Amino acid sequence: MIHARGLVQTFQTGKGKRKSEVRAVDGVDLDVAEGEVVGFLGPNGAGKTTTLRMLTTLLRPTAGTATVAGYDVVRQSQDVRRSIGYVSQAGGTFSGARAGDEVMDHGMLYGRSRAEVQRRGHELFDQFQLDGLWDRMPKNMSGGQKRRLDIVMGLIHEPTLVFLDEPTTGLDPQARANLWQHIAELRTRRGATVFLTTHYLDEADVLSDRIVIIDRGRIVASDTADNLKAQVSGDLVDLEILDPRQLGVAAERVAAVTDGRARPEVDGSHVRGRVPRAGRVVPSLLRDLTTAGVTLESIEVIRPTLDDVFLSLTGRSLRDAQDASADDGPEPTDHELEGALT
Amino acid sequence: MTFLRESSIVFRRQLRMNLRNPAWVIIGMLQPVLYLLLFGPLLKDVVKTFGYDNAYTFFVPGLLVQLGIFGAFFAGFSLIGEWREGVIEAERVTPASRTALLMGRLWRDLTQLLVQAIILVALGYLMGMRASWQGAVLGVVLTLLIGGACAASSNALALTTKSEDVMAPVINMVMMPVLLLSGILLPMTIGPKWLLDVSDVMPTRHVVDAVRGLFTGGAGSELAWGTGWAIVLCALGVWWGTATFRRENA
Repeated sequence: MIHARGLVQTFQTGKGKRKSEVRAVDGVDLDVAEGEVVGFLGPNGAGKTTTLRMLTTLLRPTAGTATVAGYDVVRQSQDVRRSIGYVSQAGGTFSGARAGDEVMDHGMLYGRSRAEVQRRGHELFDQFQLDGLWDRMPKNMSGGQKRRLDIVMGLIHEPTLVFLDEPTTGLDPQARANLWQHIAELRTRRGATVFLTTHYLDEADVLSDRIVIIDRGRIVASDTADNLKAQVSGDLVDLEILDPRQLGVAAERVAAVTDGRARPEVDGSHVRGRVPRAGRVVPSLLRDLTTAGVTLESIEVIRPTLDDVFLSLTGRSLRDAQDASADDGPEPTDHELEGALT
Repeated sequence: MTFLRESSIVFRRQLRMNLRNPAWVIIGMLQPVLYLLLFGPLLKDVVKTFGYDNAYTFFVPGLLVQLGIFGAFFAGFSLIGEWREGVIEAERVTPASRTALLMGRLWRDLTQLLVQAIILVALGYLMGMRASWQGAVLGVVLTLLIGGACAASSNALALTTKSEDVMAPVINMVMMPVLLLSGILLPMTIGPKWLLDVSDVMPTRHVVDAVRGLFTGGAGSELAWGTGWAIVLCALGVWWGTATFRRENA
């Protein structure tokens, strides 16, 4: 569905002598298969939105090529636009207009008939739990309702590929969980391919088949969440031993299953070691411990977070990267990018 | 056909929002009406000194052009609001023609201007203006042309600056010389020669002269100049506006 090679976007920053060129996106290769749900993860300013805007024909790439839904984003932008749905961070409905009117006008701009967009709009309102809100203005909706309305806008022309830019930013936990469910249904109910950007680790983890991590305009990793975590650090197995005299034996047993990658650490009554896949190792480890006569007070398996992944890939934690990007200057706004293009 | 359909979708959407919140329309209308009611009477005897026998026949054409310029210049402000809420981006991600996105908005501005112009002319007749209806109709047409130029430029400016704080001073800066040098309130001919020469370079002065000529029925070469300028400005404005809407287009 998406094939990008060497995408680059540069823009000018500063004025006069301090003028310099910034490569917001610096050679991005990307492949997304049909029916895939891909999470595009990175700190603020990493180039997520800029990449997305190039893939959705809103921004002409400085260099590189991309085909989206089978069409070239530069030469066949009209065909790309017809095939994709795009839900931007800002949404797309005017706060003072009626929700239903906005959805219908949007659908008609895709060349659909009034009757068709009306029927489909009402269907989507029902599916997204917006029934009864057809005549309401977005400014009188809750954050979650507004976000669902934005997604309805993006689906009115039945696209096979949907781009979601930071879909749950600013929502409360319940509204987020609810929206996640709706996003998951995009594929299960419509078979849509979904490409979503986020800087929430849990969101990428929950929603996507595959995670693509971008940092400073470059793709640094692309794999399933499980593989990323396994490849990077493995799971942490934490054993609490009842009898302190058995700590040594327990540590030996744990060392036997960690492939010798790292020595297990002993800390008070705890023995901790990293193993590639805890799910496969723990059953036999428990048997070993029982055979060796070690009694456990408790066992805990801590799966690595995507933050660990990001840390091992870039040498910085996501949080640090977030802060650092504030110093580098945030991701260029539309304004700067447009200025750069004129 | 697709183009017409797309611009009419945008037009109807804009009109619907304007009707829901007509504050701007009323504010835009209020200024020329107040001028007409509160400044017009002061001109009653003054106009005789520069060759007009009816204050309103002299004054209404100037106010029409003022309405066309000033009213339309504010059209862009609503565009900034829409841009901020992601509406422009959502429209640009559809296959609709970028020019249609601008034209739909321009039609709304011109519709609004037409209604305001008709009210102003009707009010003028009520106050005792004497003008042929043909002249008045053509005068309104010229007003729409210059209004189209300003509305298109205003939309272009809005989408370029994306900030009310930048746009307001820019508009003010343009407005002052336009207002002072177009002979809207008083004819430039009563001033010193140098001021008249300066006003010669102001395209809107020629438009004011042309509209005034149409109303009084004494239009000569000024009509050609004014019409020419109105057409040129309108074409420039639409070209600029379209370029802005197309920009960044992959």
